[in-house]
Amino acid sequence: MTMDALSHSRRAFLANTGSLVIGFSLLRAEAFAQPSSQRLPGDLEGNPMLDAWIRIDPGNKITVFTGKAELGQGTKTFLLQIAAEQLDVDPKGITFITADTGLTPDEGYTAGSATMSSSGTALMNAAAQVREILLNLAARKSGLPVTQLVARDAAIHAPDGRSWTYGELVAQDTLHLRAQPSTKLKDPKDYRLVGISMPRVDIPAKVTGGAAYVHDLRPEGMVHARVVRPPRYGARLAEVETASVEKMPGVVRVVRDGSYLAVVAEKEFQAIRAMQALKSAAKWEMGPGLPANQDAVWSFLKSAPAQTDVIVDRALGAPVKTVEANYARPYFMHASIGPSCAVAVLRDGKLMVWSHTQGVFPDRQAIAELLSMAEDDVRVIHAEGAGCYGHNGADDAAADAALIARAVPGRPVRVQWMRDQEHQWEPYGSAMTTTMRGGVDASGMVVAWDYHFWSQTHATRPGGAGSTIAGWLIEKPFGLAKPSFKPSPRGSADRNAVPYYKFANAKVTSHFIATPMPLRVSALRSLGGYMNVFSIECFMDELAQAAGADPVEFRLKHLDDPRAIDVIRLAADKFGWKGGAKAPAGRGYGFSFSRYENLGAYLALAVEVEADPATGRVRLVRAVAADDSGQAVNPDAIENQIQGGIIQASSWTLSEQVRFDGNAITSVDWRSYPILRMPDVPDSIEVHVINRPGQPFLGTGEASQGPAGAAIANAIAHATGKRLRVPPFTPEVVKKAIDS
Amino acid sequence: MITLTVNNQAHGVDADPETPLLYVLRDELGLNGAKFGCGLGQCGACTVMLDGEAVFSCVTPLSVVGARKVKTIEGLGTVANPSPLQQAFIELNAAQCGYCIAGMIMRAQALLEKNPRPAEDELRAHMAPNLCRCGTHMRILAAIRRAAAQMQAAALAKPGKSPVR
Repeated sequence: MTMDALSHSRRAFLANTGSLVIGFSLLRAEAFAQPSSQRLPGDLEGNPMLDAWIRIDPGNKITVFTGKAELGQGTKTFLLQIAAEQLDVDPKGITFITADTGLTPDEGYTAGSATMSSSGTALMNAAAQVREILLNLAARKSGLPVTQLVARDAAIHAPDGRSWTYGELVAQDTLHLRAQPSTKLKDPKDYRLVGISMPRVDIPAKVTGGAAYVHDLRPEGMVHARVVRPPRYGARLAEVETASVEKMPGVVRVVRDGSYLAVVAEKEFQAIRAMQALKSAAKWEMGPGLPANQDAVWSFLKSAPAQTDVIVDRALGAPVKTVEANYARPYFMHASIGPSCAVAVLRDGKLMVWSHTQGVFPDRQAIAELLSMAEDDVRVIHAEGAGCYGHNGADDAAADAALIARAVPGRPVRVQWMRDQEHQWEPYGSAMTTTMRGGVDASGMVVAWDYHFWSQTHATRPGGAGSTIAGWLIEKPFGLAKPSFKPSPRGSADRNAVPYYKFANAKVTSHFIATPMPLRVSALRSLGGYMNVFSIECFMDELAQAAGADPVEFRLKHLDDPRAIDVIRLAADKFGWKGGAKAPAGRGYGFSFSRYENLGAYLALAVEVEADPATGRVRLVRAVAADDSGQAVNPDAIENQIQGGIIQASSWTLSEQVRFDGNAITSVDWRSYPILRMPDVPDSIEVHVINRPGQPFLGTGEASQGPAGAAIANAIAHATGKRLRVPPFTPEVVKKAIDS
Repeated sequence: MITLTVNNQAHGVDADPETPLLYVLRDELGLNGAKFGCGLGQCGACTVMLDGEAVFSCVTPLSVVGARKVKTIEGLGTVANPSPLQQAFIELNAAQCGYCIAGMIMRAQALLEKNPRPAEDELRAHMAPNLCRCGTHMRILAAIRRAAAQMQAAALAKPGKSPVR
């Protein structure tokens, strides 16, 4: 892709897709007279014009737009399937454009497992409405009733053999119409693309060395930059002697703005060497220290002034057996394999930034604020990065590239972080601690459930320039906005804190700690959902044990949603779950269930682990998941996401913890922050997808993390007789528990 | 000027001999396959083959490469004509973000060229240096097994031909 090809504006793009209007005003008057007060489907609500999503030019070139980004979950494939299905076009005949402030709708962040429900729903409805418009246009042209016309392969066909391509039917502003609240969708029985595991469109390039990532952009005249970060949060740059670094081979310039420090060089390795020299030359005022250890963070959470919200408040009953338990989790990293990267160029007062950000529009706002530029003068284009599991360093790297590009106008700047910078500076998933008190009556029903959780925020964006590292370090810094919390149905720290089980007697209390944050945190897959589901699903097993009940039966008798019951029965059945079954020596079985956000995908999981009593090493051996994500668009993509979620969460649960001492973050590489490697992964992971044709899309990406953590803990308890409540369950932790 | 043989092609490269091979492949030769992951030899995203052995190109200086032959994923095949491993990864959608995949394929290629029928524990042990964060491990392993089987079948069908590309 050339810079010029990318620099056209949305206006220019629109001008190029025009043609003549043929008798369309009448049609519009009939069908689209009144903007409705009803809500529009999905993200059509915020972006109601059909041509924000779909454009057709006179040559029948069809372009489909989404404001969502490919993060490795298959967005470019399954959204294309949805649009092609309702448009009756071969997917290969569609040019598909993702998140770009210059071209696409503003759909906020690609996050929260919401791409399907927001963008998928919008595209499905927009495409079907466009097809209806095309059918009506052809009806007028042919004098035939719409019922006799058929849309097929980007053309409308009449029974007499006449046909018109879509391009022949549309004119410049044909699709410049407000979408309607209700849509004549295809009958799911007629789907030919939705529900099919269409191969991922992006994988062939990725396995053959094609340009696939922001890291692979090489615009003409590009220079390489590296940043120098302070030794820890809050440290300020006291002095730095730059003259010798500026004389190093290839160095273009050193960029300093307050405590912000970076170096630009012609070649990448020259930039790295200069960065090392600059790092040695920099002298820092250290500022405040870090907590001494993880225990200090948990006690801080429980003792700091908190905002308390009682989310569920029903009277507790009188149990015959009661159980109490405390759970906690440390900070986890996103720990993407590729450190954050961005490319930016400032030319004629206009800034272009290529970033693997989750939100090109909020990122544009942050960058414009950082550089005191008008948002209209900044364009942010999504380009893929290494795996994205939430708010990682992408936006920070984009801010770095922008700030550095301003210092070398006219030259595209590529900046990539070093591994230790990624490990030390990305926002971590928040540590949490929780308590449970509950009990069952004589019939084994839960009659008391009292859950408390303590957490800091799980989202430090959008926050403009103040949410970026560059914003904190420059001479006139921007501050991080004070985090706030309000209980909500989808939740953040409170995500999935309310049990999906039908408990007559339950209380759920949130304790939110606003300031100060000892470590930088933000969104990591499932936010508070991992800890809340972990606590709920471990405690269900603890209560089942108190009631003398099988964990699967115990869950079933507290549920009344048939779709929840279906996934639990399916997972149990495919696993071969038998109540009271003993596992072979050193092995254990565990079960868990959750409905993500209590309104998204249903997921039930049965696992088998091995726990070596000699070493304490635990390995997930086998996992069987059953998922209901609503209408399944691409079942293989759903399976891939769930397999990935299970493995990633098993890595969190068995081995991960951000480590630090009073001085600095000490998890700086893959030795000090180990994640699962090939010999550690299961023998098999089965995923059974229940398709619900015609039902709303529920999303999948974060459905399995909470259940995976809990099922593993439950299986360890089954294998060893020891209940472990604070991941990670490292060999040392497990060995100590077994030996105790 | 240093001469470097990459994918059977000789290139004159003007770079400091201490420059790690990774940056030369990416920035001087414009090859995208090998990725920067850690610069420490801990993650394998930069894996390429050097005279048939899988190496971390991020910690292999040019001076160490010398006359040895470098093979990158670009040297295995193309979208139109993929190698057995590339084909298997495409068929099984064995990627999520895909950032680690070129390194995974190059490490697997080095294994299958020496040991066309690795046992499962040999396969996993061999692949241990390479990290995947999306959790695509099951598919990566399945794709390698499928490619191994396919290469075996091809070798049996055409006696005398090498079982690997």
